[in-house]
Amino acid sequence: MKVIIKLIIASLMFVSLQTQAVLDIKISQGVEQALPIAIVPFSWSQAGNVAPIDLTSIISADLKRSGRFDVMDEKDLPQRPADFDAINFGDWRKLGMENLLIGNLSLTNSGDYEISFRLIDIYRGKQIAGFRIPAKPDLLRRVAHQISDIIFEKLTGIPGAFDTRVAYITVKKTKNNRIHTLQIADADGYNAQILLESPEPLLSPAWSPDGKKIAYVSFEAKNSAIYVQDILTGKRERVSAFEGINSAPAWSPEGSRLAMTLSKDGNTEIYVMSLFSKTLHRMTNHGGIDTEPAWSPDGKKIAFTSDRSGGPQIYEMDIRGGQPKRVSFEGKYNTRPNYSPDGKSITLVHAVNGAYRIGLLDLSSGYITTLTDAKLDESPSFAPNGGMIIYATTGVRGAQLAAVSIDGRIHQRLGLQEGDVREPVWGPFLK
Amino acid sequence: MFMRFLLVMSLTGLLFGCSSDKVKEDQPVAVEDLSSQRTDGSDDSNAQAYGADDSSTSGFSQLDDPQSPLSVRVIYFEYDSSEIKAEYRAAVEAHAAYLTQNSGTTVTLEGHADERGSREYNLALGERRAQSVKQQMMLLGVSSSQIRLVSYGEERPAVDGHDESSWEQNRRVEILY
Repeated sequence: MKVIIKLIIASLMFVSLQTQAVLDIKISQGVEQALPIAIVPFSWSQAGNVAPIDLTSIISADLKRSGRFDVMDEKDLPQRPADFDAINFGDWRKLGMENLLIGNLSLTNSGDYEISFRLIDIYRGKQIAGFRIPAKPDLLRRVAHQISDIIFEKLTGIPGAFDTRVAYITVKKTKNNRIHTLQIADADGYNAQILLESPEPLLSPAWSPDGKKIAYVSFEAKNSAIYVQDILTGKRERVSAFEGINSAPAWSPEGSRLAMTLSKDGNTEIYVMSLFSKTLHRMTNHGGIDTEPAWSPDGKKIAFTSDRSGGPQIYEMDIRGGQPKRVSFEGKYNTRPNYSPDGKSITLVHAVNGAYRIGLLDLSSGYITTLTDAKLDESPSFAPNGGMIIYATTGVRGAQLAAVSIDGRIHQRLGLQEGDVREPVWGPFLK
Repeated sequence: MFMRFLLVMSLTGLLFGCSSDKVKEDQPVAVEDLSSQRTDGSDDSNAQAYGADDSSTSGFSQLDDPQSPLSVRVIYFEYDSSEIKAEYRAAVEAHAAYLTQNSGTTVTLEGHADERGSREYNLALGERRAQSVKQQMMLLGVSSSQIRLVSYGEERPAVDGHDESSWEQNRRVEILY
């Protein structure tokens, strides 16, 4: 038996493979009054050679995808100023343009790059932001997303989350098998990398707060077990493989503990494991189902799903213990809680007349707003800026990723080329 | 051998009746009830269709007999429920009887759920379904050491569709020898 397990593990791949599978993100509904912005194509110091990256397209795609910006078509630009003094404000004002981005990419003597840009308020005729950023060649794409983050924050007041990553599970059916992969990709779907591939189910990926590790559940040993894997090195550790269920890992905000669901003591209960000592602290004690723990951002509370009152509902309990308090009351089915970064609301799976949708529970009023309108939506996860919720939606073409803004006005579809994509989790801000 | 099997069957039938029917606790349970349930069970097209595809024992065994209630290897459940429906009692009794008779044999009860709702909740639900079959078997005298439980939640559907007819085939416990 042991030999068989070893063989299976040997056949798993933990190397970071670059994949062709790129998430194709389409905005299906944006806000009515999107902010107009024009982006002048970045100038490039080595005019004779092809620029190493198309910063303009990446930034433009980020802003469009957010649903909050109306980016002017390049062909409609009235002029292409290279610096502030060359801007003819009258030309832009006539077209009703409010914001303008100009910038330059240059090669330095050391072989690295330098990117400079200015964000300009056309009406006031003033610079809103100006930055000069050095970048190694392999970080150019990240710099483009960081520029998008700056523009987004300056113009909407909300920190941007373009320079972040998402993790998700893919499942591809073969003739007599299913291939499961755990992948991560940039928030715009590029740079998809496989962290693990297995013929057995993989589920519940969870980012460590520093964005360097992912915890997940794998059935590779013919039962659920929780693993923690280092993203960069691919090195991993099996942290929980008790008899019964080992699932639903959730990192504490400071990163030293994992909340999880174990059924080793008879039925599913919530436990907290210290990752250093591997000691377990049992949180719940009830004959019903208790699962899907989520930490409040301040680390003081744990929300979880329990069917102790009959159907599944969301409960909150103090991390120091005590009686769990039910917090969801609308509808007969509420599961999979995930706190907003400000801790004031919880996104969840909320069933309405047999349709499973993404809901937003306001913790002060107890009111649940339904954000989506499909039938099989699941796995909601907040973006680190709290503006969007990424989730999985199943339709005739299988499972795909989608995202919705917390006000329900912006809807995005993230399509992968083939197979099912599910259980998206938005990673933390990168440092 | 076959006679002894029948005898065990009727004895476990009595046990089952006592444990599951609290109102009539003191009344002996009629053997006819059991046989009629058994007929119902074998008439269930779902249970037959997804039955005996696995037999690891060599030579002839009751497990291989398509007429035996032991050929029922999948128990189906209602939505969000882990209660064993009456139509599967005969099958559970037969498996319990077989396991008590063959104390060296082990069985894996694999719990599953349909795809609706969240995956982790469904993982717990699949385990609760498997546990409910395990408990029933243990009431009928099977040793817990003979039973292994595993839940796959919604991760291993028997049928891939996204409609009620698929879902009802996915809410199940598979009895694997």
